Amino acid sequence: MCIGVPAKVLDIQNEEALVDVMGSRMYVGTFFVPEISIGDYVLLHAGQAMTIVNQLFAMESIEEWRNILRE
Amino acid sequence: MNKLDLFSDHHLVRQSLAAVIEIAEAFKLEKGRMPVLMEVCGSHTMAFARSGIKQRLMDHVKLIAGPGCPVCVTDQKSIDAMIQLADEPDTILCTFGDMMRVPGSASTLMKAKTEGKDIRVVYSPLESVKIAQQHPDKEVIFLGIGFETTIPILALAIREAEKMELHNFTIWMTTKLVEPVLRELLDAGEVKVDGFLLPGHVSVVLGKTSYDFLMKEYQVPGVISGFEPVQLLTGMYKLIDLLHNQKVDILNDYTHVVKEHGNAVARELLHTYFEFGDEAWRGMNVIPKSGLVLKDQYARFDAKKKFNVAVKEPRKVKCRCGEIIRGLINPEECVLFNKGCTPVHPIGPCMVSSEGTCAAHYQYMREE
Repeated sequence: MCIGVPAKVLDIQNEEALVDVMGSRMYVGTFFVPEISIGDYVLLHAGQAMTIVNQLFAMESIEEWRNILRE
Repeated sequence: MNKLDLFSDHHLVRQSLAAVIEIAEAFKLEKGRMPVLMEVCGSHTMAFARSGIKQRLMDHVKLIAGPGCPVCVTDQKSIDAMIQLADEPDTILCTFGDMMRVPGSASTLMKAKTEGKDIRVVYSPLESVKIAQQHPDKEVIFLGIGFETTIPILALAIREAEKMELHNFTIWMTTKLVEPVLRELLDAGEVKVDGFLLPGHVSVVLGKTSYDFLMKEYQVPGVISGFEPVQLLTGMYKLIDLLHNQKVDILNDYTHVVKEHGNAVARELLHTYFEFGDEAWRGMNVIPKSGLVLKDQYARFDAKKKFNVAVKEPRKVKCRCGEIIRGLINPEECVLFNKGCTPVHPIGPCMVSSEGTCAAHYQYMREE
């Protein structure tokens, strides 16, 4: 139940966004992420976008881990 | 490859496993025992079992499943009350799918549905508000279970019902909060834990700073972790590294999703509608202020106030979900596991839920 699903934002209207979830399109609520923009990746939970996934931080996490493994 | 798919990259997973084993062995050499970590979140429990990481690390790290599966921690009496609610006349009960097969003392919501009660599985609490709008002649009740990830969405549902001026929508609140239960576990001292793998999605709302009490008051470290194999392993590595170096800290290893102070919009909405209330946890009795209840000014949306449901004390069963939730035993130590209790015929919620420890052990860790 607490599993979040990442989705790409395709369109935004009022408090709703059209998102792509692994090829499926659906409308989700955006109340909790008012700063949302088209092209963002968001994490969904029970029909709501709960946070914007920071792709730069994701890459930094991977790079940090690769550095640990190289040490 | 999508950037986020890198967190499941096989090559990186294998290297990460080797790194975790190396640091766990260094800890063992120094302390003479394995590091003991508790994954608080039920989704972590399932991800550890499904990915094979728990099985692979069995001789190096002791992983204990914590009280973070919302269905599993719902106490028997609440489940009985929810099933009894379905008997109310002209009522539509809405719930998440996981709740349907959880056994109460004598029935399940699924059984009640097959007997003709109007019980509907919804993906979002907001769907139940729409159902209430479409059926003004019926009372629509949403069974509000969940942790801090879900509670803001319950608040959003009430906001919608308020905007629509609905008088036939209520929520049966039995929500749970992470901090009080972690305090309860640590204060009870029944389970010995070196550090916590902290829940990724609850932390989306709460933020990293909400766990400072672990470090400051209990001197126990924690790492907020994601759910993909590499994220599970990096979280473990950082936690064992802290332990090995005798550092107490709270780290965020899910920075691309979890922010320092969480989601302020969600928390503000949550506190608009709810206040702290005492909650009964399965196997742990009532923990003071461990849940949220509707404020008095929103009592019209409170199913517990609108419907007079009185349930008897539940009958005793041999199910040991309560001890499993508290991290005291493994599923295999329950006499019912894989005998009377299976996913097809579950006795306790830990076998029913998609985040349940028993379900994880049954599906991925059982030895035939």
